[in-house]
Amino acid sequence: MTSVTHRKTWTPWLFLAPALVVLGGLLAYPIYQLGLISLFHYTQAQVSGGEPTTFEGFGNYAELFGDSQFWEVLLATVVFAAACVVSTLAVGCALAVLLTRVRALPRLALMLAALGAWATPAVTGSTVWLFLFDADFGPVNRVLGLGDHSWTYGRFSAFFLVLLEVVWCSFPFVMVTVYAGIRAVPGEVLEAASLDGASQWRIWRSVLAPILRPILVVVTIQSVIWDFKVFTQIYVMTNGGGIAGQNLVLNVYAYQKAFASSQYSLGSAIGVVMLLILLVVTLGYLRLLRRQGEEL
Amino acid sequence: MNLLRGLVARPWRFAAEATALLIAALVAFPLYWMVLSAFKPAGEIESTEARPWTTAPSLDSFRRVFEQQEFGRYFVNSLVVAGAVVIASALIAFLAATAVTRFRFRFRTTLLIMFLVAQMVPVEALTIPLFFLMRDAGQLNTLGSLILPHIAFSLPFAIWMLRGFVKAVPEALEEAAYLDGASRARFLWQILFPLVLPGLVATSVFSFISAWNDFLFAKSFIISDTSQSTLPMALLVFYKPDEPDWGGVMAASTVMTIPVLVFFVLVQRRLVSGLGGAVKD
Repeated sequence: MTSVTHRKTWTPWLFLAPALVVLGGLLAYPIYQLGLISLFHYTQAQVSGGEPTTFEGFGNYAELFGDSQFWEVLLATVVFAAACVVSTLAVGCALAVLLTRVRALPRLALMLAALGAWATPAVTGSTVWLFLFDADFGPVNRVLGLGDHSWTYGRFSAFFLVLLEVVWCSFPFVMVTVYAGIRAVPGEVLEAASLDGASQWRIWRSVLAPILRPILVVVTIQSVIWDFKVFTQIYVMTNGGGIAGQNLVLNVYAYQKAFASSQYSLGSAIGVVMLLILLVVTLGYLRLLRRQGEEL
Repeated sequence: MNLLRGLVARPWRFAAEATALLIAALVAFPLYWMVLSAFKPAGEIESTEARPWTTAPSLDSFRRVFEQQEFGRYFVNSLVVAGAVVIASALIAFLAATAVTRFRFRFRTTLLIMFLVAQMVPVEALTIPLFFLMRDAGQLNTLGSLILPHIAFSLPFAIWMLRGFVKAVPEALEEAAYLDGASRARFLWQILFPLVLPGLVATSVFSFISAWNDFLFAKSFIISDTSQSTLPMALLVFYKPDEPDWGGVMAASTVMTIPVLVFFVLVQRRLVSGLGGAVKD
């Protein structure tokens, strides 16, 4: 680096100060509080000051891990997130490749439609998809001739409906990013591959995928993080977690525990579990980055 | 003739383009249906045959939305929250991104890793401690309780993404500026800032969306004073699971979606190049 950047000053910390203050106060401190609350007995009585807070140690975690519903919700969260990630990546990558095969007009049409889906707020997306699949007035049941079949009644069909909405609003990020990545690949490389007689699939497998690997890693990790944390769609589309909580995912489960039944400490313990799971994912991501020799 | 020749010569491309158009139509359909339903008269929405057009467009649903609730007020509240978050996080992130790309200092790499790790924090899990924090600070039922957390949550990603844009400005430019006698502040605001602005705009899409779409904080922190509510909450007033007012929901959804759509279309180009830059970097 140059002499400008080598000088030893406080300037960088001055520049960083606002960010550090905000992040410290509204991110780091709440995380600390989250951990703390999860170790105490904290319900409505303690919130209103009627009873003193008592230290529970890992009692809340013991209660949580002893509850079979927790394990069921955890499993549902992992399976649901995995299904969302795989579908989003498959659709996004396939459409990114398709974008490179077409002329400007169809490309613009698909790009604009995708931007529209991307821009749609989660709440409105959820209500619109519910309406599309509505048992009485939705067009989907009419077209498929399903009568008044209810999509939100069954556990799997409700999850499937939410999955469709999640894929719809998150594939554009993957598509746009991967498309930008493909465009950056030199044309000669692809030409050489097709001159050598490689099939489309082969080109994707052996030429594009390795070059695009860093980008694919980024979009995969982003998707994992987003889909693991899905809240609004589940909350709105299954009306707070589905019939008898059949469509709960960890995030909604924590919210319901804390704000619907005032078990703030249990809700916090679930939050800590989520935090730890996502931390493991992120650390794995960091290792991948390092192995690729990327400089931060 | 040309079209026909093209069809024979390149059947694959034709098939690809037809597929692309078909998928574009499919992807756009939910939005089309939303707007269409917002304009349909009540009788047509609640009919058993779902027609993809309407012969008698009406503004009844919109009128219901704007009259029944203090919808205009919610709209302004949402704008205030999103606007404050976008501006504050853009400025703070710009300073921080400059610090981590233009300087070498101790803990720099550690900080960068912290910013990356911070992106994965499940915001929703922090609702509980944030609720108590806002209560103790007397911020419940204020727009501040929505603005502050969103600034914090959009910062890590914004800093991470802006890095690439700041890095792209050549070091030589900085040295030349100092040689010409510019102060550090002058370089920062009059040279670097305008050059990074396109990146800032691309980044702000994400903070705008997270603030505009926020549903959980609005639901948890604005508990009694509904005059401080934002659009997502207003929308759900029309959506009662037992008998939703679909016309109202779709009209409110349309009103809520349009500002984001406009914002997206405006920054579309920068978004694509910005993402490419951020990811490649």
